[in-house]
Amino acid sequence: MAAKKYVCKVCGYVHEGSSAPDVCPLCKAGASEFEVQNDGKKKKGLNTNSDIYAVLYSAVVVVIVAFLLAGVSSALKSRQDANVELDKKKQILASLNIKNEADPAKKYEEVIKGKTQKLREYIVNSKGDIVKEEGGFAVPNDAITDENLPLYVATLEDGSTKYIIPMTGNGLWGAIWGYIALNDDCNTIYGVYFSHASETPGLGAEIASDKFQSRFAGKKVLKDGNVALNVAKKIADADVQVDAISGATITCSGVNGMLAEKLEKYKAFLLKHAKQEAAPVVAADKCVAADKCAGAGKCAVKDSCPAAKCDKKGVN
Amino acid sequence: MGLSKKNKEALTAPLLKDNPVTVQVLGICSALAVTSKLEPAVVMGLSVTIIVSMANVIISLIRNTIPNRIRIIVQLVVVAALVTLVSEVLKAFAYDVSVQLSVYIGLIITNCILMGRLEAFAMQNKPWPSFLDGIGNGLGYAMILVIVAFFRELFGSGTLFNYPVVEKLGLYDCGYLNNGLMLMTPAAFILIACIVWYQRAKDKSLQE
Repeated sequence: MAAKKYVCKVCGYVHEGSSAPDVCPLCKAGASEFEVQNDGKKKKGLNTNSDIYAVLYSAVVVVIVAFLLAGVSSALKSRQDANVELDKKKQILASLNIKNEADPAKKYEEVIKGKTQKLREYIVNSKGDIVKEEGGFAVPNDAITDENLPLYVATLEDGSTKYIIPMTGNGLWGAIWGYIALNDDCNTIYGVYFSHASETPGLGAEIASDKFQSRFAGKKVLKDGNVALNVAKKIADADVQVDAISGATITCSGVNGMLAEKLEKYKAFLLKHAKQEAAPVVAADKCVAADKCAGAGKCAVKDSCPAAKCDKKGVN
Repeated sequence: MGLSKKNKEALTAPLLKDNPVTVQVLGICSALAVTSKLEPAVVMGLSVTIIVSMANVIISLIRNTIPNRIRIIVQLVVVAALVTLVSEVLKAFAYDVSVQLSVYIGLIITNCILMGRLEAFAMQNKPWPSFLDGIGNGLGYAMILVIVAFFRELFGSGTLFNYPVVEKLGLYDCGYLNNGLMLMTPAAFILIACIVWYQRAKDKSLQE
C-alpha cells in the first residue's frame, strides 16, 4: 500500500494520500488534527483482515454476549418478577385512586382482603359465574379467555365495595392496558387506570395522565344492558361517553376497542351481580315507614329504615 | 480537572461547533420522537449520554482486535448488548425508571449518534478520550432535545415538566389556545432547522 490513510480526529474524515491534507474538507480542522490510520496490520502480527479471524472473532463475540445476557437475565429474573408483581398491585390500587402509597403491597392486601381473610382475586367466566375464588392475580394477560377472567373485589376505608376489571388492548405503537374500578352497582365507574408500552408522548401517552383518567369517574359502563362506555370526540351521551384526546385518534380507538371487547366478556357478571347487590330504591311515598315520616329532616326511622336505599332516608 | 487540550476538545466540541444534531445531523429521528415533552427529552438525553460513553469505551478498548470488515456488526452487537443489560439491571433495581425508559430502548440502539461516534471516534482513539467524546456528544444531543422540547411542550401543551405554566398565567382565560402543530413531528423539524439556521448565522465557519 503506497498511499496511507489519514484520519481527521475531529470528525473522522478519512483522507487517502501520501500526506495529510492541509485542511479537513468536512470540519475544516488543520493538518495537525490528522493521524495515520491504524489499518489492521498490527504489531502483534495478527492479520485481522483474514476470513478465519473474522469468523472466529464474530463467533467469540456472539458467545460472550449470549452468555452475558443469559446470565444476567436469569440472575435478575426473580427480582424483576417481584417488581412486575408489585407494579401490578400499584396499578390496581391506582384504579381505586390510591396513589403514592408507601407500602403498596401491604395496602393492596388490606384493600383486596377487606374484612374477609382471603385475597378476593376471583376468576369469573363470560356467563357471569364465579369459577374460582382465588388465583385471579396470577392469570397472565395472554391467558385471559372467556372461561378465565380475573376480577378483583376491594373494600375501601369507607367500607364501600369496588369491583376491578383488568383489560388489555392495542394502541398505536404497542400494547395498552388498564384497570377499571366499579362501584357496587356494577355499573358506575369509581376510578380507572390506563397505561401503555410506547404511545407517543404528549398525544397517545396522555391516556396515562390523571387528567384523562379523571374524566371516567362517575360514567356508566352499561346502558340498557349493553356495554356502552367509550371515548368520543363529540359527546352525545354524557352518561357513557368520555371526552377523547385530540391528536391521539388511534390510541383512543384502541382504548375503545379494549373497553368494548373486554367489558363485553364481563357483561354477564356485571348484570347478574348488579341485580343481587343493588336493593331497589324505594320512593318516599312507598316507604314502609311512610306512616312514621314526620316531614323533612325528621324521618323517624332514618338509619334503621328497612328499605336500605329509601331515597328520602335521613333527608325527609 | 486537568484535561489536555485534545481531551477538552473531545468533550466540548460536540456541545456547539460539532453538535451531533445540528452539525453532524445525527440522531434526528429520535430527536423528533421524544421532544413533545421535556421529561422524555431529558430521560432520553441522559440515557444516550450514558450509553454512548460506555459503548465508546468498550469499542475503544477492543478497537485493535476488531476485524475491519465486520466492525459495524461488532459495534452494533456491543451497543445492543449494553442497552439490553442496562435495561435488565434497571428492571431489577429501579423498576420505575425502567418503565419510563422502556419506550426509548429501541430508539437508543438505533440512534445514529452511537454508531456515528463509535465508527468515527472510538475506533481510532484511546478509551479516555473516547469516553469524553461520548459524554460530550451525549450532552450536545441532550441539549438540543431539551431546547426543542421546551418550545414544543410550552406551545403545544402549555406545560413545562407537566407543570401547567400557561394555565397559571391565566392566558387561557384571555382566549389563548395551545398550538396542536407543536405536538406533531413537523414542529420538531422546524425548530431544529431554526436552531441550525441560528447557529450557522452566528458561526461563519460552519457555513458551507
